Amino acid sequence: MTEHGAPASVPAEGAPGSPPGSPVLEISDFSVVYRTPTGDVRAVDHVSIDLNAGDVVGLVGESGSGKSTLAYGANRLLRPPALITSGSVRYRGRRTAGSADILRMSPDELRQLRWREIAIVFQSAMNALNPVLSVRNQLVDVIRAHLRVSRAEAQDRAARLLDLVGIPRGRLKSYPHELSGGMRQRVMIAMALATEPEIVIMDEPTTALDVVVQRDILVQIVELKERLGFSILFITHDLSLLLELADRIAVMYSGQLLEIGSADAIQHAPAHPYTKGLLNSFPSLRGARRELAGIPGAPPDLRSPPPGCPFLPRCGYGTDACTEVTMTLAPVTATAGLDHVTACPFVGPDAPAVPITTASEEVTP
Amino acid sequence: MSDGREADQETQRGEVTSAAATHGPLAMEAISVSKDFRLGHGQILHAVRDVSFNLYRSAVVALVGESGSGKTTAARLLAGQERLTSGSIRVDGEPVDLSTHRAFRHYKNHVQLVFQDPFASLNPVHTVRYHLERPVRLRQGKRSKAEVGKEVTALLEQVRLTPAGQFIGKYPHELSGGQRQRVSFARALAARPRVLLADEPVSMLDVSIRLEMLSLLDDLRRRFQLAMLYITHDIASARYVADEVLVMYAGQIVERGPAEDLTQTPAHPYTQLLVASAPDPDNLGDALRGVGGNGKPRPAQLADVTSTGCPFSPRCPLAEDRCRQENPALQRISAQRSAACWRLDVAAPELTARTQGGGDMDS
Repeated sequence: MTEHGAPASVPAEGAPGSPPGSPVLEISDFSVVYRTPTGDVRAVDHVSIDLNAGDVVGLVGESGSGKSTLAYGANRLLRPPALITSGSVRYRGRRTAGSADILRMSPDELRQLRWREIAIVFQSAMNALNPVLSVRNQLVDVIRAHLRVSRAEAQDRAARLLDLVGIPRGRLKSYPHELSGGMRQRVMIAMALATEPEIVIMDEPTTALDVVVQRDILVQIVELKERLGFSILFITHDLSLLLELADRIAVMYSGQLLEIGSADAIQHAPAHPYTKGLLNSFPSLRGARRELAGIPGAPPDLRSPPPGCPFLPRCGYGTDACTEVTMTLAPVTATAGLDHVTACPFVGPDAPAVPITTASEEVTP
Repeated sequence: MSDGREADQETQRGEVTSAAATHGPLAMEAISVSKDFRLGHGQILHAVRDVSFNLYRSAVVALVGESGSGKTTAARLLAGQERLTSGSIRVDGEPVDLSTHRAFRHYKNHVQLVFQDPFASLNPVHTVRYHLERPVRLRQGKRSKAEVGKEVTALLEQVRLTPAGQFIGKYPHELSGGQRQRVSFARALAARPRVLLADEPVSMLDVSIRLEMLSLLDDLRRRFQLAMLYITHDIASARYVADEVLVMYAGQIVERGPAEDLTQTPAHPYTQLLVASAPDPDNLGDALRGVGGNGKPRPAQLADVTSTGCPFSPRCPLAEDRCRQENPALQRISAQRSAACWRLDVAAPELTARTQGGGDMDS
């Protein structure tokens, strides 16, 4: 893992824009496979990443890149055929003494950890909420399952949670189908915050929403984070969101991390060709119209990954040497620290742009 | 809706020329199209209210709005899948007749619809071949096996699913989201349509492949001189794809104009909200501070349904008494732009000052 001289995990201390904090979650050398009759699918392949107290770490990748598997696997929420094959996930919270490896916890310890320490906002709020329970009962359920409080106290808390996310208290009696998509997502966020967790994992919390509602919810998430001081692992396929929201961004592809850096570094000095491609994938509303390229091709089949760099078949910079490269994260330049690391030893932030297949070229018949 | 609105609109209509008109001849006209849904208990939802626009061959018109604004209903009306409550639709200058099954099938030869969700719009028990052979037989009247096979291969190549032989026998679950959406495009093209209505064709897809799909649509538009309606909630993509943008709110068109102009200098407070909500890393602070006037428009709530006045007035930071009482008609701002707002002088002073200087504003 450390052939390029980088330790497996990359702390964010001193990263621009992010206050130095101690890591609350250290995922190191973490691997998950899906065991199938035709062989293992390497969904998460030796991934190391830290989450510091009070930070927002963004995990970006395409469908099937393993980003959700990483987050759920780190909380031991996966069922067979998923199998954790290596690594450790150390959690160090304010309420817990010392740090503990989640992967070695007993069922009892896990029960105490989940939701109390690490809560999750699931992607589809309609499916994650129970359609036959009112908002009040779902919130009370969560609160009473994890905190020792009376029913009355839990109900009071549920009402205050709705205040927190800006839903009128009258909505406590509503059922999920009576709420709009944005409100349902807010209820999910309220539920995640019910036990004042140290870490909130957000799995595409705004993907199903339209832009106006999405912005409202993101603004609210940032406000709540500032007020309550939790840390966020934000999973999305939309890099443009993370550039605004995250302190640090990890780019995941085909089960591996290709680049980690501050939001600023990822935006202005992307090192990995895939990151460069992602940045050139979304139309911007302001400023001059840019030539947009996108990333042609499709992600590789994880059942039989190509040797070397998994991005090679789609990479405009690819050479023969790429088939033999070992995927380790190293500083982007000789002078750069561990704040900005990339898995590509050949291409850096200063590399000239390579014409992949630009949109305009593609449309000529 | 007041009578004043209709009268106003009569005088204003036709003064604004479509930015999409430069590419090709007129293909489809929607003329004062409306659709009401009865909700029971005497309640009526005006899903589409008095919407008029034209589609031209080889040009893209984008219909932009949030969930529930009526943009999908508008597409379904144009596709002949809903009955109009009032108004009319013309294709190539001829009024559309959907009175018989036969007429509807004939109409489908000209106008095709692509749906948002490629996971739901393909039949999971049928192969790609089945999905494409059927429309080729029905729409193109091809009979012989060899002819149909050749056409299906050509269709797959047109949507860049190559080599075609590799995809033809696959079932939808064996394809990625992008590949499925390509099959949907191929199915629509099988009818050799003149008009393609694309309802959020990329919003279910990964960001990294959206551009490729949009460039494919662009390619198809040019190659087949398609008149395209691109429906989206992402105004940034409309900037890149469309010639003309129509912004829809609560069933009405509240602003229209050339894509670049409209997105760079939005006039209507709702368009300004849409633009401010688009992710923009360079401009986070400004975007969060809200748009024009003294406050930030608040998000939509169920109570916001108004029967009188401007539909955006409950959320609008500039709303005054007149906005709550009278529904504004589209007013001309420039040769190709118009917006429906009583307070344009405050919302977009630089735009209206120009117009008033030119002396071609009615009021």
